[in-house]
Amino acid sequence: MASLKDLQNRIKSVKNTQKITKAMQMVAAAKLRKAQEAAEKSRPYSERIYEVIKNLAASMINVGDAPKLLKGNGKSDTFLLVVATADRGLCGGFNTNIVRKANQEIIDLENQGKTVKLYLIGKKGFDQLKRSHNNKIVYNVSLKEERSIHSGISQKIGSQITKMFENNEFDVCKIIYSEFENVMTQHAISKTIIPASVDLDEVTPSKTSDAKLNGAIYSYEPDEIGILNVLLPRNINTQIFTALLENQAGEMGSKMTAMDNATRNAGDMIDKLTLTFNRTRQAQITSELIEIISGAEAL
Amino acid sequence: MAETLNFSLVSPECELFSGEVIHVDVPGTEGDMGIHPKHAPLMAAIRTGIVNVYRSDENISFFVQGGFVDVTTEELVILAEKACFIDDIDHKEIKQEIESAKKALVSLEGEAALSMQQNLDGLQDILAN
Repeated sequence: MASLKDLQNRIKSVKNTQKITKAMQMVAAAKLRKAQEAAEKSRPYSERIYEVIKNLAASMINVGDAPKLLKGNGKSDTFLLVVATADRGLCGGFNTNIVRKANQEIIDLENQGKTVKLYLIGKKGFDQLKRSHNNKIVYNVSLKEERSIHSGISQKIGSQITKMFENNEFDVCKIIYSEFENVMTQHAISKTIIPASVDLDEVTPSKTSDAKLNGAIYSYEPDEIGILNVLLPRNINTQIFTALLENQAGEMGSKMTAMDNATRNAGDMIDKLTLTFNRTRQAQITSELIEIISGAEAL
Repeated sequence: MAETLNFSLVSPECELFSGEVIHVDVPGTEGDMGIHPKHAPLMAAIRTGIVNVYRSDENISFFVQGGFVDVTTEELVILAEKACFIDDIDHKEIKQEIESAKKALVSLEGEAALSMQQNLDGLQDILAN
């Protein structure tokens, strides 16, 4: 049986741990609010850009030389998976969920006989994926140095990906990240970004765009293709940006929940240890008393 | 009161402006444009420069760098790659960007060089004023 001193030490150390997890939870809560705000603020831009691409895509369906970023290069042999994870751990199953989704995606694609390449954003994803898929990793970016997610980061990553596409290094690009639903739930999802996934069923020109334009025809400056050529790479950047922001919010939400649980567990543990401590102390006193009494009786 | 149109300026980070305006000056890649209410639907790329917004009670200027302008019968939207209020311009940052643009210009050719040159000119204009 542990001595009183040992128990005291354990209680002290668990209390310290609880203080740390509590502080981490509060930090995560503050950061979560910021991350959510950032995600919210970026929404108008990404919605607009999607809207514009949708309209343009509708008019480009039947054009032969539509940009490759929109239509794809006609093949689907090599897949580039952009896996966005966090740079820090201690956030519950957040990173593991994304990595699991990526693993599943890799297996599915390989079963179909496709080649898979990996572009990893975030240190944790790299740590977990390098064991089984080291030979597939083409790039590995860590955002640890960046103080906050800004559009410059996604621009850098986006232009790198676009360049790889132009060099025919891959045919289809998918991004895997965690979609932020609320603090408790985040889903790992994968989304195709090249070729641009536009839901063309949604585009019913007679209803949506024409109503807005009162039947007038859009004029373009420069021409449609010129605009699309600038717009599509930007759309990729925007999608990466959105993914990073959602991830950040998800990471913080996940961390908050995980740390909340940890704090509660530490509390439970302290209660249990305190109980054992008191019992042991009581037992010690009792046995001391018995010793004294029996000693007195013997006289 | 003069007729107004709904204008919003959004950058990837946030929405900088949204409201009723009388007239907006936009720096297009093919030339500057003034957009009034009831403009024909238009989709144009923009270059580095100043967007002047004229409202009934005030005029506001923004610095934008790359992006698009989308005009429909109802509204005018600028999707800027980078945007800020004219007073918030960081001259140091602009100087740095001019340097990097000059360097980049050497290795570029064709269309890319043209747009980079436009970017450079725009940046230098900003600094000059």
